[in-house]
Amino acid sequence: MIAELGLAALWLAAALAGLQLVAGALALTPRGATLAGIVRPVAAVQGALALIAFACLVAVFATTDLSVKLVAMNSHSLKPLIFKIAGTWGNHEGSMLLWVTVMGVAGGFVALIEKRLPEPMLLATLAGQAFVSLGFYAFLLIASNPFERLFPVPEEGNGLNPLLQDLGLAFHPPTLYLGYVGLSVAFSFAIGALVTRQVGPAFARAMRPWVLGAWIFLTVGITAGSYWAYYELGWGGWWFWDPVENASLMPWLAATALLHSVSVLAARDALRAWTVMLGVVAFSMSMIGTFLVRSGILTSVHAFAVDPERGSFILALLAINIGGALTLFALRAGTVTEGERFAPVSREGALVFNNVMLSAILGIVLFGTLYPLVAEAMGAKVSVGPPYFNPMGALFAVPMLVVLAVGPMLRWRRDSFGRIGKTLVIPAMLVAAGMIAMVAIGGVGVLPTLGFALALGLGWASVLPLKDRNLRRTPLPIWGMVIAHFGIAVSLFGMSCESAFSVEKLVAVKLGEVTAVGPWQVKLDAVEPMAGPNWTALEARLLVRYGDHGKVVQIDPQSRSFWAPPQQTSESALLTRWNGQLYAVLGGEADAKNGASRWQLRLWWKPFVTLIWLGGLLIALGGVLALVGRVASDLRRIFARDKIAYRRVRMAQLDSGQEGERP
Amino acid sequence: MNQAVKGTIKAKHQRLVLLVVALVVLIGAALLAAWALRNQASYFYVPAEIVAKPPEPGRGVRLGGMVAKGSLRTEADGVTIAFAVEDGKASVPVRFRGIVPSLFVEGSGVVAEGHMGADGTFVADNLLAKHDENYVPREMKDMSREQAEQVMRETK
Repeated sequence: MIAELGLAALWLAAALAGLQLVAGALALTPRGATLAGIVRPVAAVQGALALIAFACLVAVFATTDLSVKLVAMNSHSLKPLIFKIAGTWGNHEGSMLLWVTVMGVAGGFVALIEKRLPEPMLLATLAGQAFVSLGFYAFLLIASNPFERLFPVPEEGNGLNPLLQDLGLAFHPPTLYLGYVGLSVAFSFAIGALVTRQVGPAFARAMRPWVLGAWIFLTVGITAGSYWAYYELGWGGWWFWDPVENASLMPWLAATALLHSVSVLAARDALRAWTVMLGVVAFSMSMIGTFLVRSGILTSVHAFAVDPERGSFILALLAINIGGALTLFALRAGTVTEGERFAPVSREGALVFNNVMLSAILGIVLFGTLYPLVAEAMGAKVSVGPPYFNPMGALFAVPMLVVLAVGPMLRWRRDSFGRIGKTLVIPAMLVAAGMIAMVAIGGVGVLPTLGFALALGLGWASVLPLKDRNLRRTPLPIWGMVIAHFGIAVSLFGMSCESAFSVEKLVAVKLGEVTAVGPWQVKLDAVEPMAGPNWTALEARLLVRYGDHGKVVQIDPQSRSFWAPPQQTSESALLTRWNGQLYAVLGGEADAKNGASRWQLRLWWKPFVTLIWLGGLLIALGGVLALVGRVASDLRRIFARDKIAYRRVRMAQLDSGQEGERP
Repeated sequence: MNQAVKGTIKAKHQRLVLLVVALVVLIGAALLAAWALRNQASYFYVPAEIVAKPPEPGRGVRLGGMVAKGSLRTEADGVTIAFAVEDGKASVPVRFRGIVPSLFVEGSGVVAEGHMGADGTFVADNLLAKHDENYVPREMKDMSREQAEQVMRETK
C-alpha cells in the first residue's frame, strides 16, 4: 500500500514537472503570460510530492517490506534500523529517487523564496529545472522503478553490502547528492539568465548561495568519503584516484571555480560569459559523475547494478542536458555583453588565473577518468592511477596555490606587486625554509616537498587579509575566505607529511610478541572472538606505547565476518595523537608450521594525517561562514526594503488621510 | 597576459585575450594529459596474454584471472603469499606481500596490480577481489560466461 502511494506520488510529481516546464516556457511568450501565475505553486507542489514518494520508500525500507523488489534485493530484516533507513539510498533506484527528490525540493524552495530576480528569468530558471528533473523522472519511472513489487514474496532479503554498513557512509551519498543537485539549481539559473539575456550582478547574487551551499556539501562529502575510504578499506590510503572519487572531485573543482567567478560577477560585474559557462560545466560534471558511478560502466562498490539499458538512458540524458545547454550557450554567448574591465594584476586577474588552473586540473582529472573507458571501446583495457594524476595535477595546482597566497591581498580593478611586496616576504621565506628543511631531511619526493613548503607559506599568507582590520567588524564572508584558504594549507600540510613521513610495517606475530613501527611499540596481547548484530569477528587486543615512556593504550582492530550477505571486512583501529595516527589492521592467521600460531598485522604510523580531513572541514566551515554572511545581508536588505515600502505606504495614507479630513 | 596589454586594451580585446589565454592553457593541459596517459596508463592482461607477450619488467600492469585451486600458500614470514592466477589457458605465478582482501580464496576471481618480476613471477602490490554480491571485477567479463558464473557461485 505504501509502495503504491509512493509510486502514485512519483507519477504526479513527474506530471507536474511536465506542467512546470510547459507553463514556464509558455509564460515567457506574450500569449502565454497568464500561465505565469501557476509556475511557482506547481514547482512547490512537485517538490512536496517527490518528498512524499521518497518518504514512502524510506517507510518500506524501515519496515523491511519484502514484497517490494528493491527491499528484497538490498535489505535484510536483521539489519539495525539506521542501516535499514540508510539502505534506502544504498542502491541504484533509491539513490536516483533521492536525486529527483532533492532536485524537486530545491526547485520548490527557489520558487517560494526567490523574489529578487526579474520574473521572466525566474520562470525560465524553473522551466530549466523542470526540464532536467523530467529526464530523471522518466529514468526512474521507465528504467528503474523503485517501488516494483515482487511475487512470490521472498522469506528474507539479500542484505546490504557490509562495507556500506557504516554510520559515516550512511550519510555520505545524501551529502554528495545535495551538492550535485545544488549545482543543478546553479545550472538552471544559468539557463534562465541565458534565455532572458540578463547576465549580471543580480543573477550572480541569486545564484551565489546555491553554489556556496552545493560547494559546502561537496566539500563535506568528499572529506567524509576520503576518511571513510581511509579507515574502512584498511589500505591506509586517503585518496586512490578511483573513478568514483574523481566523480565527486570534478564537480567540486568546477564548483570552486564557479564560486569564485560568481563572486567577481556579483561584486564587479565582470566575467559574465565565463560564469555562465562554469554554471553549465559544474552541473555537467555532476551528471557525468552520476553517469560514471551509477551506470555500471565502472566496477566499484558504488556501481550497484550492471544494466546497459540504464547506462544508455543516463548517457542520453547527459547528452540532451549538456548538449542543449552548450548549444544555448553558443547561441547566446555573443549577446552577453562584455562586463567591466580589469588589469592583469588585480583581484580579478588572480581569480581568473585560478579559474583557468582549476579548469585545467578538472580537464586532467576528466581525461584520466574517461581514458580507460575510451581505450576499452577501442579494445585495450587500461587503468590510470596516481603516476598520472599526481604529477599532472600538481603541474597546475602549484601555480594555483602560489596565486592563492597572493590573490586575496590584491585590490579590485588594478594593483601592483610593489604595493603588497613587503607583506609577502614572510610567506616566501617560509616556503624557502620548508624546501630547505625537506631537502635536509632527505629522501622525500618532489611533490611532498613542494606541498610542505607551499603549505607553510600559504598558511601564513591566508590570514594576511585580516591584517589591519578590526576583527569584530570584519564581514563574515571575509572570515569565510580566510578560514577556507587556511583550511587548504592545513590539508596540504597533512597530505605532504603523510606522503613524506609515513612508516608502514607488515608482520606476522605470535601472541605476546612486540613489534615496532615508527615511534610506537606494539604488543599483540590477545585475539578473541566477538559477536555483533549481524556479524561475528575476531578481535585483536593490541597494547601500544608511544616512545619509551609513553602510556600504554589498548586498541582493538577486528576482522569481521558478515553473514547476510556473507563477506569479511577488516575494521581498522586508529589511535589519534596530536601529531598523527597509529593505524592497525588485523589480517588472517598465518599458518605457522612450528608451534604457536601467528597473526598478520599491518601497522602504519602516519604523522599529521588527521590534518587532511581537519583542513577539509575548515574549508567547508569557511563556506558556511560565507553563506551565512551572504544570506544574512540578503535578508537584511529584504527587510529594509519592506520597511521602506511600508513607511512610504503609511506616509501616503497619512497624507491622503489629512487631505480627507480637511473641510 | 603581458604588461604592455595593461590599461590600453579595449573591451573587446580584453575578452579576446582572456579567451585565448584560457584556451591555450586548457589545450596545453589536454596535450600534456594525452602524453602522460600514453606513458602512465597500466594495461590489463589475462594470464594467456601475459605468458604469450610479457610486458617489460617493472612496468605497472594489472593481471586478472582466477586463483588456481591448491596453489595458495603462505611463506615463512607469515605475510607473503604465493599463488597462481589462471584463465583456463595459462597460469602465472604471483607473489603478494600484505593482507589479502576479504573474499580472496582459492577459486575466486582476482585482479592483481603490480609488475612482472625478472624471473617471470608477477609481483603484486595490491589485490582486488570481489566486493559484494553485485560486483565482479569488470575484467572478468571477458572470461567465458561459465567461468564468470562459476566465480559468482563459489564466492557468494
